[in-house]
Amino acid sequence: MRFNQLNQLIAFSIFRILGALIVGFLLLILGFIIWQGVGVISWDFLTTAPTDGMTAGGIYPAIVGTLYLVIGSMFIAFPLGVMSAIYTVEYAGNGKIVRFIRVMTNNLGSIPSIIFGLFGMALFVNSLGFGDSIIAGSFTLGLLVLPLIIRTTEEALKAIPDHFRTGSLALGASKLQTIHRVVLPMAFPNIITGLILSIGRVSGETAPILFTVAAYFLPKLPESIFDQVMALPYHLYVIATSGTDLEATRPIAYGTALVLIAIVLGMNLLASFLRRYFGKRINV
Amino acid sequence: MIEAKQVNFYYGDFQALKDINMRIEPHTVTAFIGPSGCGKSTFLRLFNRMNDLIPGTHLTGECLIDGEDIYHKSVEIDALRKKVGMVFQKPNPFPKTIFENVAYGLRVNGIGDRKYINRRVEESLRDAALWDEVKDKLKKSAFELSGGQQQRLCIARALAISPSILLMDEPASALDPVSTSKIEELIYHLKKDYTLVIVTHNMQQAARVSDKTGFFMLGELIEFSETRKMFLNPEKEQTQNYITGRFG
Amino acid sequence: MKQLRKIAERTVETLLTASGAITTLVIFLIIVFLFKEGLGLFNSPVVEKGYVLCVHEKNSVADLTAYQIKQIFDAEVENWKALGGKDEAIELFRFEEIFNHYPEAEFGEDYQYLPDKLGEYIRHSSGIIAFLPKRYAPVDKPGVKTLREAQIRITDFFFGKEWMPTSTPAPLFGVLPLIMGTLWVSFFAILIAMPLGMGVAIYLSELANERVRKILKPTIELLAGIPSVVYGFFGLVVLVPFIQQLFDLPVGETALAGSVILAIMALPTIITVAEDAMRNTPRAMREASLALGATPWQTICRVIIPYASSGISAAVVLGIGRAVGETMAVLMVTGNAAVMPRTLFEPVRTIPATIAAELGEAPAGGAHYQSLFLLGCILFIITMIISITAEVISKKQHHAV
Repeated sequence: MRFNQLNQLIAFSIFRILGALIVGFLLLILGFIIWQGVGVISWDFLTTAPTDGMTAGGIYPAIVGTLYLVIGSMFIAFPLGVMSAIYTVEYAGNGKIVRFIRVMTNNLGSIPSIIFGLFGMALFVNSLGFGDSIIAGSFTLGLLVLPLIIRTTEEALKAIPDHFRTGSLALGASKLQTIHRVVLPMAFPNIITGLILSIGRVSGETAPILFTVAAYFLPKLPESIFDQVMALPYHLYVIATSGTDLEATRPIAYGTALVLIAIVLGMNLLASFLRRYFGKRINV
Repeated sequence: MIEAKQVNFYYGDFQALKDINMRIEPHTVTAFIGPSGCGKSTFLRLFNRMNDLIPGTHLTGECLIDGEDIYHKSVEIDALRKKVGMVFQKPNPFPKTIFENVAYGLRVNGIGDRKYINRRVEESLRDAALWDEVKDKLKKSAFELSGGQQQRLCIARALAISPSILLMDEPASALDPVSTSKIEELIYHLKKDYTLVIVTHNMQQAARVSDKTGFFMLGELIEFSETRKMFLNPEKEQTQNYITGRFG
Repeated sequence: MKQLRKIAERTVETLLTASGAITTLVIFLIIVFLFKEGLGLFNSPVVEKGYVLCVHEKNSVADLTAYQIKQIFDAEVENWKALGGKDEAIELFRFEEIFNHYPEAEFGEDYQYLPDKLGEYIRHSSGIIAFLPKRYAPVDKPGVKTLREAQIRITDFFFGKEWMPTSTPAPLFGVLPLIMGTLWVSFFAILIAMPLGMGVAIYLSELANERVRKILKPTIELLAGIPSVVYGFFGLVVLVPFIQQLFDLPVGETALAGSVILAIMALPTIITVAEDAMRNTPRAMREASLALGATPWQTICRVIIPYASSGISAAVVLGIGRAVGETMAVLMVTGNAAVMPRTLFEPVRTIPATIAAELGEAPAGGAHYQSLFLLGCILFIITMIISITAEVISKKQHHAV
């Protein structure tokens, strides 16, 4: 009996220490980037282009580029993903087809992002002849986040109790009208949450844009969807690894990393906040 | 012998048990009855300190087993629970084999002697009137048994560590009538070796198996007396009303 | 009017049905494009496109593997005997050298006599091997033998130990070091992450009080969202110098750095999924175990972990999947040397990092480009296997063990 208790005491102490250490360490990474980067951030840093061979100046073009890619990829993935989810939840029932689709969606979600980069290059850049361009990058990123949007939308739709659907159908509304006027408006907040999560994901991805859109340095902002852009994650990669003067570039790299983290975590926090906020409202 | 002295029990601010005094003699079957939420299960779970698992609860008064305060600081909870076995409302076998389910309690108490374990498993399964049904499939999953068999397996599992007291929290409520009557028969036989305390929803069951019955309502012990007396001639009007089905 | 609405509805519903197939379609397209580009590699010649290798007529060697060619031109093999020929020193000859042997004027205005001169030169040197552009090669000239135009073989690709996609005259596409590098880094990453992740999951699910848990759980989930390039950057500026100093290494960019960064990145996933699995253990199981006198620690070891084991294994498999496919962070901290991994303290190179580092330089349609797509195929197959494994494991019912 004593032995059991001693055993437990030792084991639990280890786990408590481990828990504190690991969580502390993970937070330390975050803290380190914030601490190093916060001094670099200024209005000028956010609104000017890099100068002096990227050893000085700001990251404005990269911010703009990431913004374009976010807009472009959402333009592609959001309607497709939402429609796909509506089909699987509202139409497809629970048969073999749906299970197959779910497995496929899961599998698509587990494909490494570098594969999307290869695929995007083969299909959009070369076969379709878009070249390295916003449109090629947006398609690639759009396909990458498709599973995320489908999954969150499916969850949002499933959360709507069935009696709302039957209620509407009983009044003579068609299935599509029911979805359009009852289900979607109710699920809307949670669908938007999925959109925001996807924006966070897209902003941080590097591998898919390496060969489909990202540019090392561009003297001017893009003018059409067939232009290349700079992007924050790629910018961080190049200035961290292949600058002309790595030491001089470090502060800019910290600043870029901080901006990137702020965008990604900001989006995730916003999403979880919205989920909690609307979650409360729907339950009432 | 089980004793409760001036027991009050709280979930946060909510008082679940009010000023309860009771004395349960060894080798008897005691039944607790009462409407749902009356505190009978909470009271039962005080005696193996199962309520400790719920955060934000607290207790005043004394719970004694064989004259010892089981809530005293020096009491080792796992030793107490070894002495006070429990069977739950829904059969809850582990996802292990039938044999390993019964052997579990022995193993966690540090017993490694295979011969002893084999013997105890067989004895316990016999005591629980399950041996003849499972002796050829001890290595099969416990989940392959029927609900009634699973519950008897859980009883065997509790018996294996030789407790002196067995608490049963509505042990037959999730079972079919045939399984229920088997469990009741078992309870009757177990009396000679164990002290049994049973919470039940089913008044006929209480009348059939118990020597004494306690009637609970809104956290209070309204009446506690010989079962026969309670059902034929209750002292309190509330008891009368409950037994004749006027509420609950 | 009503008719019109019906038609409109049917159209929309058809569209919805079609979009239901989108993910299947994308996977299908990925497979088609990856394999179409990748498998083209096995139709590519061993020798760089547009070039041939010529030897003296009397030379008994008829064909050479890519690795042998590389050895010859790196002067690691200097005698034909080693390649199954007669005992004779190998004379290396590159196309440009012809201009050292004949005056410019003799080649003619449009270099029309160049093949003749090359043929003449080869005829007079019996140990020669010449690397020549096809358009000037003296293919039919007397005294010259052109080596058979072999294609890149599947076995050379999968079991080759040299990855030198830009070496001339014959690039080497042995992916074994890359596959081993990927598995090596991922294996140690999981070895680090699994016990730590399990520990934290046990702490969160069984020990931490509700308030602490409510703060820590979302925080950990949030960390899973940090972009991999940021982890890579952190690894580069903190971890790499730290490892270099700690173990007194010439470079800090090592397999170890890759494994540690991958472990850090996999931790949030493992913790979250394992914790969910443990909390999903029914309360009845815990109570039954405690009621039998087991301590909480015994209950965790003997009931909760076995019960949650399928969920926990799924977490680990998912973690492996993430590690195997991770690109940027690994690219930034492992040093990217394409050698067979032997220790944790040397640079290695993984499949994703190779693709990311080299695709930009590889001309579209060339053998190098194709080989990178083939790497993509390998990676795709590995991750599919992992993902299906995870699915099967997490679907498994709780049977007795």
